[in-house]
This record gives sequence, C-alpha cells and structure tokens, in this order.
Amino acid sequence: MAFSNEQLERYSRHIILKEIGVKGQKKLFDASVLIIGAGGLGAPAAMYLAAAGVGRIGIADADEVDLSNLQRQIIHSTDDLGKAKVLSAKETINRMNPDVTVQTYRTFVSSENIMELVKEYDFIIDGTDNFPAKFLINDACVMAEKPFSHAGIIRFKGQLMTYVPGKGPCYRCVFKDPPPKDAVPTCKEAGVVGAMGGVIGSLQAMEAIKYITGAGDLLTGFLLTYDAVKMEFRKIKLPSDTSGCAVCGKHPTITELIDYEQAECDNHHA
Amino acid sequence: MMKITVAGEEKEVKEGITVAELIELEQVETPEYVTVSVNDEFAKRENLSAQTLAEGDTVEFLYFMGGGR
Repeated sequence: MAFSNEQLERYSRHIILKEIGVKGQKKLFDASVLIIGAGGLGAPAAMYLAAAGVGRIGIADADEVDLSNLQRQIIHSTDDLGKAKVLSAKETINRMNPDVTVQTYRTFVSSENIMELVKEYDFIIDGTDNFPAKFLINDACVMAEKPFSHAGIIRFKGQLMTYVPGKGPCYRCVFKDPPPKDAVPTCKEAGVVGAMGGVIGSLQAMEAIKYITGAGDLLTGFLLTYDAVKMEFRKIKLPSDTSGCAVCGKHPTITELIDYEQAECDNHHA
Repeated sequence: MMKITVAGEEKEVKEGITVAELIELEQVETPEYVTVSVNDEFAKRENLSAQTLAEGDTVEFLYFMGGGR
C-alpha cells in the first residue's frame, strides 16, 4: 500500500527522520501492538502508538472508567465515566487517527486467555498494576517468543525494561516470584503522580516504535529507573547470564502459565 | 575501609562487608523482596549474609514496582 498525501503529511515528522523514513512508517502501519491495561501506563502508550500510525492496536482491560482514574489515565475523560475502558480508549484512538484499527478485549488476562491474545501481536506492552499480571505477561511472552515492555510506577517513581526473545534477561530473571499479597505497596495505597504514567508509558511506546522500525538500541539487558523527586534517570545494567532463569533459562522449570493470587490498585481482580 | 559503588554512587564501607549488612546499612526499602546484583551477577537470596563484597564491587538494588493502571 502506498501512503496518501494526507498520510504523508500526517506522518511527515517521522518520515523526515533518517532512522524511520517512509520505510519505517510502512513498518509501523503493518505492525500490531497489544496493550494490556488501559490505565496510567496503557493510556499514554496507546495514544502515542495510535498517533504514530501503528496499524493495529489491541487493548485488553475488563474495567470501567472510574473518577479516580482520570488524574492519570488521559485516554479517558469525564464523559466516559462508567464506560468500559476498552471502549473509551477505542473511541479516543478513532478520533485521533482513523488509520488505526483498534481491537478490544474486555477481559482481564489469565492463564486461560493470554496466549491467544499475545500470539496475534508483534509487540506487547504491560500496562497492568499488579504482580500476578506482570509475571503472567512475562511468562506468556517468553513462551510465545514475543517481545514486550515491562513497566511499573508508584509515588514519584517508575521503571521499565524491554524483553526481546534471546536478547537478555526477562522480568523473571530479575524478580523470581511475585511478592506476597500486600508485601509491596500498590498505587491505591501509596499514590502515584499522574504524569508518571505519561513519562513511563511514553517510554514504553518509544520502545515499541524502536522495535518495529529497528531504530536505535532497545532497553534489553537494562532496567531504566526514574526518580522524579531526585529528578534522576538511571539505566541499570542487568546481569547478562540468564541460563538459570525458571522460565527463559536453559532448563526452564516453569513450562505452564501460573495464575497467582491478586492484589492491585483498583480493588478488582485484574 | 574499602570503596564500592552502590546504586551508582561510590561509598566507603568496612572491608568484608556482606550483602545483607549493606542492605541494612543502606536502609533498603522492603529488604526481604529486593533483588541485588553484584557486578554482573544476581546475588543469591539465600546467601546474602554469607556473600562478602570486595574493593571495587558494583552493587545495584532492584525493586519491585507493581503499579501501572
């Protein structure tokens, strides 16, 4: 497919970049990204990927828009209160960019459905708010050999890492098992600055764009941490030997997906 | 005393300090759930009180961060 004049104009700031160009823009158009969780991280990630002209965006979330979401989940607005988040997100994306096909999954991910979801996409963004989901996404992406961006945010802090099959550690290499329920504070208990979702979710979108277009270096083998109080980013090198990992290592002991007990931000089982 | 790098900052600590002692010294949040890397290896959780650090070691603390929606 050739781009129309309107599309050439819409994406002109990408096309002018030597690392993207028409070729990269075409790759974005032909690509698909699944965003799991249409919240603090997923909202900005979905919006930037939609604006960037990613051809197919999947959004999975079972929740409805709640008043306490609007401080950070900028894909939803006051008029959307009570609406399914996936529908609200789809409507926003449709208004932003008619080039994008949006597929919605009004569900929480579980061991039952996640493989079906991730296998349909080129890149996955973890925008969930709880450890069971984060471990599930990691294991599913490792097993399905899919690249994904992991992220977490709380208070004035955020962090992210990128997993690409065969290119460095997965989330479970670093964090072996989920912490016990309530051992580590959630956003609901501890709070989070809304803009933190914007910072970290946009970085997740950036990783997806770079993965798809092949531009630059990905955050594989590193954990990028952001401390807004100190106004400090740190790119922490992760150990490179992944052979002992229970899921991505040489002799994996985790070969089936696990549904851990839930604890998260919004009082639902996610 | 010896010099090590902890979370990107050079620190002077007593010689032969263990990883567990450093966790306490640094007042690490939720110490029982922190992942520690020393140079290019993950420190084994069951071995933190026995693993000693040496001059020039680089230590990172990696924290669970669960929020996102």
